[in-house]
Amino acid sequence: MSNTRRPLNALKIGTVALVALALLPHVPGLGSDFGRSLLSQMGIAVVFALSYNVLFGQTGLLSFGHAVFFGLGGYVAIHVMRAINHGLPLPMPLVPLAGAAGGLLCGLLLGAAMTRRAGTIFALISLGVGELVYAAMFMLPGYFGGEEGITASRTKGFALFGLDLGSQLAVYYLIAAWVLIAAGLMQAFARTPVGRMCFAVRDNAERAEFVGYDTHGVRCIAFAVGALFAGLAGGLHAINYEIVSADAVSAQRSGTVLLMAYIGGAGHFAGPILGAVTLTWLQTSLSGYTSAWLLYLGLFFVLTIRFAPGGLAGLILMHGPIFHTRSFRRVLASYGIALVPTLVMACGAVLLIEMSYRLSTQPELGSRMRLLGIAVDAASVWPWLAAVLMLAGGFLGFRGTWPRVASAWERASEEAGAHRAVEAS
Amino acid sequence: MLELATFSLLNGIVYGLLLFMLTSGLTLIFSMMGVLNFAHASVFMLGAYLSYQVGLWVGFWPALVIAPLLCGLVGAGIERYGLRYVHKSGHVAEILFTFGLSYLIEELVTMIWGRNAVANNVPAAVDFPLFTLFGSTFPAYKGLMMVISVSMLVFLWLALKRTRMGLVIQAALSHPSMASALGHDVPGVFMLVFAIGSGLAGLAGVIGGFMLLTQPTLAHAVGPIVFVIVVVGGLGSLAGAFIASMLIGILQTFAVAIDYSLVDLLRALGFVITRSTPSYEFLSIKVATVAPTVPYLLLVLFLIVRPRGFLGKRDV
Amino acid sequence: MNIALSLHDLHKSFGATPIIRGVSLDVREGERHAIIGPNGAGKSTLFNLISGRTAPTSGTMALHGARIDGLPPYQINRRGLARSFQVTNLFPRLTVFENIRCSLLWSLGYRYNFWRRTDALADATERTEATLERIQMTAHRDTPAGVLTYAEQRALEIGITIAGDANVILLDEPTAGMSRSETDSAVALIRSVTQDRTLLIVEHDMGVVFDLADRISVLVYGKLIATDTPAAIRANEEVQAAYLGAAHA
Repeated sequence: MSNTRRPLNALKIGTVALVALALLPHVPGLGSDFGRSLLSQMGIAVVFALSYNVLFGQTGLLSFGHAVFFGLGGYVAIHVMRAINHGLPLPMPLVPLAGAAGGLLCGLLLGAAMTRRAGTIFALISLGVGELVYAAMFMLPGYFGGEEGITASRTKGFALFGLDLGSQLAVYYLIAAWVLIAAGLMQAFARTPVGRMCFAVRDNAERAEFVGYDTHGVRCIAFAVGALFAGLAGGLHAINYEIVSADAVSAQRSGTVLLMAYIGGAGHFAGPILGAVTLTWLQTSLSGYTSAWLLYLGLFFVLTIRFAPGGLAGLILMHGPIFHTRSFRRVLASYGIALVPTLVMACGAVLLIEMSYRLSTQPELGSRMRLLGIAVDAASVWPWLAAVLMLAGGFLGFRGTWPRVASAWERASEEAGAHRAVEAS
Repeated sequence: MLELATFSLLNGIVYGLLLFMLTSGLTLIFSMMGVLNFAHASVFMLGAYLSYQVGLWVGFWPALVIAPLLCGLVGAGIERYGLRYVHKSGHVAEILFTFGLSYLIEELVTMIWGRNAVANNVPAAVDFPLFTLFGSTFPAYKGLMMVISVSMLVFLWLALKRTRMGLVIQAALSHPSMASALGHDVPGVFMLVFAIGSGLAGLAGVIGGFMLLTQPTLAHAVGPIVFVIVVVGGLGSLAGAFIASMLIGILQTFAVAIDYSLVDLLRALGFVITRSTPSYEFLSIKVATVAPTVPYLLLVLFLIVRPRGFLGKRDV
Repeated sequence: MNIALSLHDLHKSFGATPIIRGVSLDVREGERHAIIGPNGAGKSTLFNLISGRTAPTSGTMALHGARIDGLPPYQINRRGLARSFQVTNLFPRLTVFENIRCSLLWSLGYRYNFWRRTDALADATERTEATLERIQMTAHRDTPAGVLTYAEQRALEIGITIAGDANVILLDEPTAGMSRSETDSAVALIRSVTQDRTLLIVEHDMGVVFDLADRISVLVYGKLIATDTPAAIRANEEVQAAYLGAAHA
């Protein structure tokens, strides 16, 4: 807990992030409009996932309805954009602030009631409120546009200093700027007195009441802050897509942000960032190839809970203590060996899943398909047999190589322990 | 009017009983293991699909037994090979694990039976009018559904209160370590309870399958409602779940039948309402349109008035 | 002499079972007051009533003359009463430093402040450091509370309780489960941290009680049968019959 070094670190990380965000859209492969649009989506997802983690990782509130605030913020933003289109003298880059205001307002109103309970009941309530808001959207098509949604233009209207959002690059830079601001503010919030108390309430709500804090109040503030930044993300979404529809508040979106935060690692500030970037990338790159995207996502999620409860961030941080040991290379080598049967197993599973999906959901496309670059006919028995063999063989192989990983780890942690002991003396 | 009221009430009771069949399994698992099983509605959906499939092979009556048994097996597997290991990471991890399973089951169902609804029609064996009232008929399958759910209720109650197994279950519920110390196989009991709860969901699925549409979104259609019932009834209370199920079943069925809006009410009271009246869009929403949100409105109402639910005892 | 905490005819029943059956007690400002009694006498329930964890069925409680019955725990704490728990009750994933600091933020007036950096609050840091020093936990400041040893967790439990400004301290069996030497240092710690404060303590270890307390109250089956100085309590026949006799039986 080095109190003096911290702000310097924050400054350093901020500068690195600034430079990286500025350079990213010019990196080969991301330089296209597609790449920049992917980066923009990632940015929106990062803000949204971080806002979710103010509730989940920081305050211990498991919400199944966080998209409510993303969507309502988005609707406020898109209506403000329409007003700008019709002559409201407000610069377009400030529209996300309107989304944030909308999110904050709804967060305070709904949160005051919702956060009266914590734990499982809160989770159920958030689910119910999410369904309620989603259903209400369709009852009031005048405000929300129903399934089609509300559209607006990000280029028409008042332009500040001649800045306009015509190109995807300009949109990306706007989003990147807001990502930096939002991430910085959320990180700062975690360090304020009430932000610290959020962690305390997460750990032990009862004890927090005996040191003077009304846990309902703390939860409510955290909820409002989470809603504020979710609304900001919704505003960025409105600018990026120029449309907001009911799908922005859907249970599916609420589920996705939960998965992003958890898979990335809710216990660490960078976890949701990692999760948002990874899942957005997987989604855009996989959903073009497979209709089973949700199944893969579900599998990924369940495996994370079962085998890596700390998420991706936890997996990476786990290697911190052994990084400098001599055995670290052995650990990496053992990973390499275990990777082979894992890949075989994964290929078998993918083959099975893809062929089943083709036969049951897209029979009109026929049984012949290309998978992993190989032509297969799902109507014949051979590819099925091969897939099952790969799955079973891969599994056995994986079990065979795992002891090697375990022993390499054991050695490395022993060395790390010895190293620490020397340092301490 | 009387006819409408009678049939709405009957249909409301049928729907409420169906909801209670679903909720009872969920409540049983929750009060036993402290785990809120998010995949419960998915197992319900699985029951609908399995009864459809098994029904194609061997007919409706065997399917009525086999499908719930299969769902029970699935439940046992979920507990034995999944939840048991996640347990040490805490309740949140358990909820999330079942939440992830709900994704998986939905996609698995899609993978096997496709995205569109399967033709899970009311079996001929129970597709005849049971009685006629005011010129309308009440179908036999709804009668069967009432019989099944009520007998299940009685059976469940007797099993919990009167059998040795039930006593062990109740003991394991309140004092897991003590029950284990007394030589009872607590993990085994947990697995059994999960299997029974899932079997109940499967049984509800057999009936619900042909009352509702058997399609991959079925779980999402009933899941949130079931969770609302759990909150409104008071988490972990079977009696509370029963009251809440009936309340929501009847309220929602009546709401569907009411084709009026606030505008009609205000006009009847002598107000002049035109399209240019402020918030006309809001006022003109018909009650029937609001019907799907009735459970959630009730939830919000309870949250403000009585956050513990009908019969909730403890803060969970 | 001023009264810090005053209980009047306090009753508490769980269902039909009465646990506290009319307790009246005045705890004087600045005294160290112990509550003893056989198992099941209702000592922990009494603490739960005073600290607001559960509401009394009837009766009144006043802290420095102001009524506190029916208030939630945080309101009672803000009025100057802090308690520890018999079963260790910490913030397990937070560091020892954070545990203490979170426990004094409210009393330093930072409340729901969301615009200042906690690390930059010199008074909070200073008070935290001082508290760590007093409970001799400075060496463990960056350790998560959940991985401390039992004795360390008990010390932190006391640290959280005394970190804030509370001038009435309730300690619920602070030495339970400790070895002789650990108990001795715990008693020294309690003595030092409750200097100039009012202490109400529930304790099973009679050595600790007679060593520490200015006055002792004896609770038997939900009723106080005596309140007096240690010497008088030792000599009280009723107490010997009801409690000491039972304890030695």
